Amino acid sequence: MTATSPEPTAAGSGRSGAAFPRLLAMEWTKFRSVRSTMWSLLAFVVLALGLAALITALTVNGWDKMDPDQKAAWLRDPTGNILGSSFFLGQLAICVLGAMVITSEYSTGMIRASLLAVPKRIPMLAAKALVFAAVTFVVTEAVSFGAFAIAAPILHDKIPVSLSDKGVLRALIGAGLYLTMLGLFAMTIGALIRHTAGSITGVIGFVLVLAPLAQLLPGSVGKHIHAYLPTEAGHLVAQSAPGKNDLLSAWQGFGVFALWTVVLLIVAGWTLKRRDA
Amino acid sequence: MIEVHDLSKRYGDKTAVDHLTFTVQPGRITGFLGPNGAGKSTTMRLILGLDRPHSGTATIDGVPYSDLREPLRKVGALLEARAVHTGRSAYNHLWCLAQSQGLPKSRVDEALALVGLTEVARKRAGGFSLGMGQRLGIAAALLGDPQVLILDEPVNGLDPEGVLWIRNLMKSLAAAGKTIFVSSHLMSEMAQTADHLVVIGRGQLIADESVDAFIARSSERSVLVRTPQPAQLAKELEREAVPGNGADPQAPVTVTPAADGSLVVRGMEAAEIGEKAAAARVVLHELTPQRASLEEAFMELTRGSVEYHVEMDQHRDPVPPPVQDVPVVPAVQPVSESEADE
Repeated sequence: MTATSPEPTAAGSGRSGAAFPRLLAMEWTKFRSVRSTMWSLLAFVVLALGLAALITALTVNGWDKMDPDQKAAWLRDPTGNILGSSFFLGQLAICVLGAMVITSEYSTGMIRASLLAVPKRIPMLAAKALVFAAVTFVVTEAVSFGAFAIAAPILHDKIPVSLSDKGVLRALIGAGLYLTMLGLFAMTIGALIRHTAGSITGVIGFVLVLAPLAQLLPGSVGKHIHAYLPTEAGHLVAQSAPGKNDLLSAWQGFGVFALWTVVLLIVAGWTLKRRDA
Repeated sequence: MIEVHDLSKRYGDKTAVDHLTFTVQPGRITGFLGPNGAGKSTTMRLILGLDRPHSGTATIDGVPYSDLREPLRKVGALLEARAVHTGRSAYNHLWCLAQSQGLPKSRVDEALALVGLTEVARKRAGGFSLGMGQRLGIAAALLGDPQVLILDEPVNGLDPEGVLWIRNLMKSLAAAGKTIFVSSHLMSEMAQTADHLVVIGRGQLIADESVDAFIARSSERSVLVRTPQPAQLAKELEREAVPGNGADPQAPVTVTPAADGSLVVRGMEAAEIGEKAAAARVVLHELTPQRASLEEAFMELTRGSVEYHVEMDQHRDPVPPPVQDVPVVPAVQPVSESEADE
């Protein structure tokens, strides 16, 4: 019989200790073998580096005509402004990638093959999250330092800024952490919604539109709501100096974002286990 | 061995699988039959742990699928819907599955060679034809050299060569002692391959028996009689036909003249018809016992459990002659039950 494998396989039995590394290997193969992931990452790198250079150059160019508030913001936190301009659009690519890592399995039916191979759904989700987070962390950290390396010399004439300045290193590392967490956040939304378009619209609408709009909420309650929203809290870690209205410190903010993501990830794991595939 | 016990699944207020109990034995091909919408695919998804049952259990050698440590080494499954990322190559699709089971790369090459996809292994699965996609699904099912195979409509989309290949593959795997559970809506396909049948309708078990027993159970048994004196014989048989006198005490004897002048006799064995004809001095040219085909037996047994019924007699309605100078719109052929989409 041609279907017979040469090695005698003890069917169904396995060393459970080796199981999780196998899942990581599986998810890594899945991740690297689809073009859309590579395109999303490439889009992120190009957008992030390009905009860091472009917006910093425009700022330096228009420095004399710039309004004082904006000038003060750049002077207070040059690194945060470089990173902010760099990731403003690039973070969308990370959101898309995060959501698609899981929704593409649903749209193509791959999820059924995955769950037949790995019927324990929570380890599968954990392996997927870990592989995605690891890759995103490496890429976003590299890009964050790259963006700084490109933009700091451009900015140098107006605002001298260097890696050894207070808070700069933390902001650069923080930017990668923020983007990685954002990707995971998008992934959990993808796991909950299961549809690519819906998940991407939901995440991007929230990050770009809804969360910033919450600034307009009146009074102290509104201010607190805004401060504790996932991405609004999370991006504080990518600032080298706190803003005058920030309620949370850099790491507190990141902690809030991480908490949101972990809670949603638990909900996603729970629903994945409960729902029909 | 697959054991299904009291398995039920509802979607909203619709019951897809209704307290099913059956077992699938190793060493033979068990066909899983039912009209469309009968719950075949749902049952398979429940066995494979993709859906959660509302009640009951499904186990493979006593273990629920979701508790298998390396499930692909134990169970190979081909689902009706495609389960491949369209952007991934056939090779990488199988390789990521192999990695999760601790299978070597050589196993991927073997599986690809087995289904004849070696040459397109590096091409994106999204560009595959229906038949190639089906072959890739079968490669995934055979990847771990499993003891149990669960195949949902495996011949769908395959050319005649592919159908023959699947049939022989299943037979050789069953001969090697493996458990084969295969669904199909093609009765003729099952007649050629299955040893045993599990038949369901509206989620309920209709039959769990050998193919021969399934056909024998059908009431559609008849004898074809040709005679130059049909009217006389019919009168003779019907006169003798006291209820309870026929082969089946429950069924009265009926004689139906066919279009070509022959008679179809139900409820009486051929020997008895011959004796009666001799006694009445009626000449017989032909006396042929007819067994219902699997298709007919299936139709008979699942009648009443078909979800979307099509009036079969429509096939025989004469097409009205086209009116002159009016473009003839081709009559839409009604879809038979077995062809209707789910």
